[in-house]
Amino acid sequence: MEKKLNLKLMIWRQSGPKSNGQFETYKVKDIDVSMSFLEMLDVLNETLTKEGQEPVAFDHDCREGICGTCGAMVNGKAHGKLKGTTLCQLHMRHFENNETIVIEPWRAKGFPVIKDLVVDRSAFDRIISSGGYISAKTGSAPDANAIPIPKENVEQSMDAAACIGCGACVAACPNAAAMLFVGAKISHLALLPQGKVESKTRTSNMVRQMDKEGFGNCSNEYECEASCPKGISVSTIADMNREFLFSKTPPKS
Amino acid sequence: MLDAKIPAGPLKEKWANHKLHLKLVNPANKRKYQIIVVGTGLAGSSAAATLAELGYRVKVFCIQDSPRRAHSIAAQGGINAAKNYANDGDSIERLFYDTIKGGDFRSREANVYRLAEVSNNIIDHCVAQGVPFAREYSGYLDNRSFGGAQVSRTFYARGQTGQQLLLGAYSALMKEVARDNIQLFPRSEMLDVVTIDGAAKGIITRNLITGKIESHSADAVIMATGGYSSVYYLSTNAKACNATAIWRAHKRGAYMANPCFTQIHPTCIPVHGEYQSKLTLMSEGLRNDGRVWVPKNVNDKRDPSKIQLSERDYFLERKYPTFGNLVPRDIASRSAKEICDSGLGVGQSGMAVYLDLTDAIKRIGKEKIAERYGNLFEMYEKISGDNPYETPMMIYPAPHYTMGGLWVDYNLMSTINGLFVIGEANFSDHGANRLGASALMQGLADGYFVIPYTIGDYLAQNNPIEMDLTTFPAFREAEGQVVQKVSRLLGSKGKRTADDFHKQLGKLLWDKCGMTRTESGLREALNQIPSIRQEFWENVNVPGSGEDLNQSLEKAGRVADYLEFAELFVTDALNRKESCGGHFREEYQTPEGEAKRDDENYCYVAAWEFQENAEPILHKEPLKFESVNLTQRSYK
Repeated sequence: MEKKLNLKLMIWRQSGPKSNGQFETYKVKDIDVSMSFLEMLDVLNETLTKEGQEPVAFDHDCREGICGTCGAMVNGKAHGKLKGTTLCQLHMRHFENNETIVIEPWRAKGFPVIKDLVVDRSAFDRIISSGGYISAKTGSAPDANAIPIPKENVEQSMDAAACIGCGACVAACPNAAAMLFVGAKISHLALLPQGKVESKTRTSNMVRQMDKEGFGNCSNEYECEASCPKGISVSTIADMNREFLFSKTPPKS
Repeated sequence: MLDAKIPAGPLKEKWANHKLHLKLVNPANKRKYQIIVVGTGLAGSSAAATLAELGYRVKVFCIQDSPRRAHSIAAQGGINAAKNYANDGDSIERLFYDTIKGGDFRSREANVYRLAEVSNNIIDHCVAQGVPFAREYSGYLDNRSFGGAQVSRTFYARGQTGQQLLLGAYSALMKEVARDNIQLFPRSEMLDVVTIDGAAKGIITRNLITGKIESHSADAVIMATGGYSSVYYLSTNAKACNATAIWRAHKRGAYMANPCFTQIHPTCIPVHGEYQSKLTLMSEGLRNDGRVWVPKNVNDKRDPSKIQLSERDYFLERKYPTFGNLVPRDIASRSAKEICDSGLGVGQSGMAVYLDLTDAIKRIGKEKIAERYGNLFEMYEKISGDNPYETPMMIYPAPHYTMGGLWVDYNLMSTINGLFVIGEANFSDHGANRLGASALMQGLADGYFVIPYTIGDYLAQNNPIEMDLTTFPAFREAEGQVVQKVSRLLGSKGKRTADDFHKQLGKLLWDKCGMTRTESGLREALNQIPSIRQEFWENVNVPGSGEDLNQSLEKAGRVADYLEFAELFVTDALNRKESCGGHFREEYQTPEGEAKRDDENYCYVAAWEFQENAEPILHKEPLKFESVNLTQRSYK
């Protein structure tokens, strides 16, 4: 028989974007240690529903750590204390019996709360929209092997491209900066010959949009890297700064 | 009579000729047309981006908070293309043949050929978009092998190919959003399609944040809303995946084709508890280097490392020496089930087999293995608590993909004029079984290279509406019906949750209409579904209100639709009295226990027409094979 846990949960409840939120305390019993954190929340929600209460709203989808939908502060850590892990991949075997777990939504000016643990991350979409792409139209591409790319560059590019856009980096940063997210996209594309062409305008436009969305600046705390479930390196922020610094093209107005 | 509109002429020239004869919309007129795209996976995003680039006005809807999160993101292993970069004898013809054969000769020849034909353009385009596909030290693209093929034609980006392809399509989509060619509606769920004079002219949606029911009109509607694997409750699909959009379209007149063709993926992490909310796939790519085995002796509960080579049964290699561990998915899954049913399964439940990479680690080293599968190994360890570098992984089949879907003709148009269906949501290319790395190929083929041509032909024959139709009675009526259904759900204050009913339905279908099916089991399921549905409406509890984010309401609506869809799903399985691909009827098998097709009586697409309060009507689209011979599939 596997171990079972009894837990006290303190969860942020907020009925809407404009309402005041508060912590509510719940108890869950007999939690199987092989459950994921979200499955534990499912158990709570099933109970609440049957009791006629409104379940806790939380975002989630693939539950295998790739869609970037889920995320919450667990005992003050984005996605919980386990390194390189999204909330859906955090399993209950990492918690102790009778532990109190504090669960809060991402807290950042750029991510307003929608309800309970659900926040609005559309700022990330607007940042990508401002330049996080290569403007290749469908049908215009040469043969895929026409331009060889050093394996090393592709590997580094892939390291950055692995970003899932969950927003943990913003939530973990004392300045609520989005620089790891933006840096990751800039690095991913700038490391490839196809992406190099537009790199300067891309960088200045994305940085401008990032500022406009109300995200803060980097003060080298490295909390973003520590909380990133995909291990994106802060060196991507350096890449972004370098691209930005040498950006000769004025931003699009 | 169903007309698939397959162009005349030799197979190899069909698509080229067809493109030449398709009507065009001139560039200045394109912006007069409004197109709706529902769903932002590979098919939806790529279609929306490409149509917007062409100059059409596009509205895009998705249920996720961002289009980047659609479930295509979770595809791991790779995408096929007939590039023949490996110089191992690949060609468009071979990719075509492998796909037709892999689908057990239940797909449309012309569609599959076109798919193979455009596969190479997809790779070119994705590289141009910045997809960081794996490369060799030369700087050229690397390939791996997948099930059902003897060539290496699969392009990949570590174990995150779907993610990288989707981010490529998503970035193209966002580029067009910035240029005001696309209007984006995230967190919006399509709840009906609206037809006027028999043609699709728009959709009804629910804004998932405000609860507002909205109408949107357009000149054409494209649905790219994915598959219905989660009808089984436990599947590898994301939690939000559902059949609501295709089911509502079906009820409005779109035929549903071959719903019983579902794919059960052989390499997933086994079920480990009642509370489990989903299953996790371990990429088929692992079968390149992994060997599947069980102990030869029943009740051998020793640590796998203690079991000697001579005491192991590498059952896929034994049964299928030519393809070995790389047999197609349906065969690998069924073999695992048989072995476990005979008592040889491993793990606590006995419902698992080993997928062992020990030999590969010895051969090429841990580092190389980590480079290929590192992220998968990490994921496995997080979920199971075991380290696959040290102990073999345990796997078991799980619902993963659905080949069935809305019926479409060669132009990807459904039986409703102006309603196009692309990606997993349609039925067209995979027959009774899809080969690994072909879903990504099909989604992007439909979106980037097929629909942009074929939809133009439809639009060119219909003048642009250039006005908002949402005040028309058809929209008012459909909106009213949606409002009514939502309030009926919200009025249900019973004792059970929607998930509870979903689990009950899922278990029934998994037992009776899963990896193997029998006449009696299917009949039993058919008897039980209506009573589950009845109890659902009497006893479900939907908390909260309709005026804000209400995830319980979303779930309940989707389960309600699954409870209707399930009946058609089982009916189709019952109708098809043969075994083919993923549809295995125990009554119909060869002496060796392989699927036995009945080409004389079932070589057709079963397209079902919805009838209110009556049995659905079966329409048959005969499958004609001009360039391949129908054979018993052999991977021995």
